Amino acid sequence: MVVNASQPVLEMRGIDKRFPGVNALSKAALRLFPGEVHALMGQNGAGKSTLIKVLTGVETPDAGEIRLGNELVHPECVGHAQQLGISTVYQEINLCPNLSVAENIYIGRFPMRHGMVDWKRMQQDAVAALKALNVDVDVSLPLGHYPVAIQQMVAIARALSTDARILVLDEPTSSLDEDEVARLFDTLRGLKARGIAILFVTHFLDQTYAFSDRITVLRNGEFVGEYLAADLPRMALIEKMVGRAIEESAFARPAEDNNAEHAAQDTGAPLFSAQGLGKRGAVQPLDLEFRAGRVLGLGGLLGSGRTETARLLFGIDRADAGSVDCGGAKRQFRSPADAIRAGIGFCPEDRKTEGIVAELSIRENIVLALQARRGIFRYIPKRKQREIADRLIAQLGVRTPDAEKPIGQLSGGNQQKALLARWLATEPKMLILDEPTRGIDVAAKLEIMDMVKAQCRKGLAILFISSEMAEVLRVSDRIAVLRDRRKVGEIDGAGAQERDVFRLIAGAEQ
Amino acid sequence: MKAETMPQPARFALPAPLQGLTRRRLFWPCATLALLLIINGAFNPNFFSITVKNGHLYGALIDILNRAAPLMLVAVGMTPVIATRGIDISVGAVVAICGAVAASLIGGTLIIQNGTPVYVSQTPMVLALLIALGAGLLCGLWNGALVAGAGMQPIVATLILMVAGRGVAQLITEGQIITVYYEPFFIIGNGFLFGLPVSLYIVAAVALLMLLLVHRTALGLFIEAVGINPVAARFAGLNARRILIMVYAFCGLCAAIAGLIVASNVKSADGNNAGLLMELDAILAVTLGGTSLAGGRFSLAGSLIGALIIQSLTYAIYSLGVPPEINMVVKSVVVLTVCLMQSDSFRATLLQHLRREPR
Ligand SMILES: Nc1ncnc2c1ncn2[C@@H]1O[C@H](COP(=O)(O)OP(=O)(O)OP(=O)(O)O)[C@@H](O)[C@H]1O
Ligand SMILES: [Mg+2]
Repeated sequence: MVVNASQPVLEMRGIDKRFPGVNALSKAALRLFPGEVHALMGQNGAGKSTLIKVLTGVETPDAGEIRLGNELVHPECVGHAQQLGISTVYQEINLCPNLSVAENIYIGRFPMRHGMVDWKRMQQDAVAALKALNVDVDVSLPLGHYPVAIQQMVAIARALSTDARILVLDEPTSSLDEDEVARLFDTLRGLKARGIAILFVTHFLDQTYAFSDRITVLRNGEFVGEYLAADLPRMALIEKMVGRAIEESAFARPAEDNNAEHAAQDTGAPLFSAQGLGKRGAVQPLDLEFRAGRVLGLGGLLGSGRTETARLLFGIDRADAGSVDCGGAKRQFRSPADAIRAGIGFCPEDRKTEGIVAELSIRENIVLALQARRGIFRYIPKRKQREIADRLIAQLGVRTPDAEKPIGQLSGGNQQKALLARWLATEPKMLILDEPTRGIDVAAKLEIMDMVKAQCRKGLAILFISSEMAEVLRVSDRIAVLRDRRKVGEIDGAGAQERDVFRLIAGAEQ
Repeated sequence: MKAETMPQPARFALPAPLQGLTRRRLFWPCATLALLLIINGAFNPNFFSITVKNGHLYGALIDILNRAAPLMLVAVGMTPVIATRGIDISVGAVVAICGAVAASLIGGTLIIQNGTPVYVSQTPMVLALLIALGAGLLCGLWNGALVAGAGMQPIVATLILMVAGRGVAQLITEGQIITVYYEPFFIIGNGFLFGLPVSLYIVAAVALLMLLLVHRTALGLFIEAVGINPVAARFAGLNARRILIMVYAFCGLCAAIAGLIVASNVKSADGNNAGLLMELDAILAVTLGGTSLAGGRFSLAGSLIGALIIQSLTYAIYSLGVPPEINMVVKSVVVLTVCLMQSDSFRATLLQHLRREPR
């Protein structure tokens, strides 16, 4: 390939895309050069995913032109875009959970032999493709069998395995831990060296700065600017995305407020406590204490049993040992409904398959848990539903023209806020947040964490799970550390450093 | 390449002013029904006339409504099932079972009372009807248990009863056609009340009850949530199993009521032929009414209109004198056309072609 760095491989100009009630893109623009890593940045709902969908033929733009090299193109569908040399990993993983990992990687282009699918070769190729990403799984098992992180790696392996000039990754790292991110970017560096242009979307500024050469910023669907990463300081980038100045101190760990009160809360009886809660094959029996007004963080690497612990606490999986003590009464939750009745809420990690009910409106999604707890006959009248939804939409800053839109049409981050609204509507005593800031932009992340803190001050207990260790450290009052599906220790959150947690994880080795 | 499912299919539609109208849920079902009625009217000048005879209303429209009653009931029962992403193909068999139960319990024995011969029921009629309805409910619960409890695929689960049900119905009728002589039983399918067929009141009552449940309680929301994303629904605290069992039970009950109307209408029960292929008409009615087989959003009113579409179509085929050999073909062609016109993506493709043509 002749790499001519002064000539863009891709140029999108004046792209408009309207959805009923929303201007998703207006005069958006983007340039990609061969052999560069380009970060597309913007707040939730800024139009990043939409721009990518326009590029890959999923959405038809209302105006604007797309050039590949010198040639004007109109991508008509994903297949067409792929023929044009554009390979994509979408924000919402859209693979087939019932098919095997190998089939998912090669679907639509199965290797053939004598007019028949060459299953053996497909398996071998799949293993090799995943090995390149350092993922070692049984490729003949159905994809749905694996956690989100693996599914995301499979989606990436699929995109990498096609010969593409342009590789597009919409928030590929949102559910990966640091090791996996590092491996992914190693692979990307290799591709970059081969002259492939890489466009990626992320809300992690660290990744933006560690890996990208240039940055394009979108705000409210409009092109704000294209910058060299080296020339754009972090705070300046955030201001460009948000459109206003932000205090740097907002990112620091908040000063400890009224320590005396906290001390009192720490000695009294906990609101809930898990006592020897465990399930064979999922989590070794463990003890956890949840106190009103306190955030308990769960630290640990991917696969250490964080989500499994949350599922036991919420009654999704039935524990085969131990119980949850709800202020004196020992309970064994047999279903989420039991846990909800006890005053627990749960924002799942995979919002598309476990959180949102895509075709229902935002209002219906928000009142769903509250209504489920009230049962069929204690119906919340529509007017009241609207009030609840509108209040929470305003409170959480969900970006939508109105509450009657299907929730599936919201941008990823806004869906997450709406799910948080679902639980706040039930006025829970305790909230389990599994990767609550997954796919949420910097500004909204601050808002959400502030909201979590505010709820906490009102007496909510929180279990906070995140693969971003820095985030866990910032919000947690205490941190329970898991390793290999077993609790290996607990530390005080105040003043804790990342290395304290890693020491615990490593220390258990002895 | 087909493999990547697109997150959002691109949509095209009619020119702007028409868009609002065609986006309305019931637009296509209503338009189809209106068109069929107009066609009927064009070929049959008396089609829209309604006359009063012995205080009863008579006319083609009334006839269509009356004949559509069993199908409307079954369609109303089928709608929530389909909304949960399920299907119930046993309704035809349930119609036969319940008709057979009622007919065999009621029958009719001739006795001479004060010198005149009268037929009396073998079992008190109310009791017989309740037992028949109970049988329908039981069938529904059985389906629900297989789907929700045993986790079977709905089509397979209900296939069992579809096949076995006919056998049960024949066991009850002992392989014969049971004729009913007891006159009060005929009211259900042939009687009139305030000038209108009794069966219509039954349909109205069931549909109204269901509409109230769907719109004035959380049932509608729960059914749709379970149909669209059962996992998320469970995580939000819904008991998906209970809801599934409820919708299948309700479907069975509706089929039972339809079975009573059918048996009363023909004054007999035929285990072999009562409600034959009714499941297919019901599924079709629901689809024509705008409820997707993929589950989720549903419309009871749409399903009622869908049932009327099917009945008006049948009426048109007969009154236009379409030769009986090809009337099934005609029916399927019409249904195909209607379904295609209701599909957004088909209309888009069609419009694209129409637009391209002139150039
Ligand atoms: N199919 C659709 N129908 C209606 N509105 C849509 C649709 N898809 C996107 N939108 C709207 O367009 C806007 C841009 O959404 P988009 O998904 O591109 O945001 P994003 O920048 O990717 O955000 P995030 O960081 O949260 O993923 C949002 O306001 C969203 O609600
Ligand atoms: Mg996005």
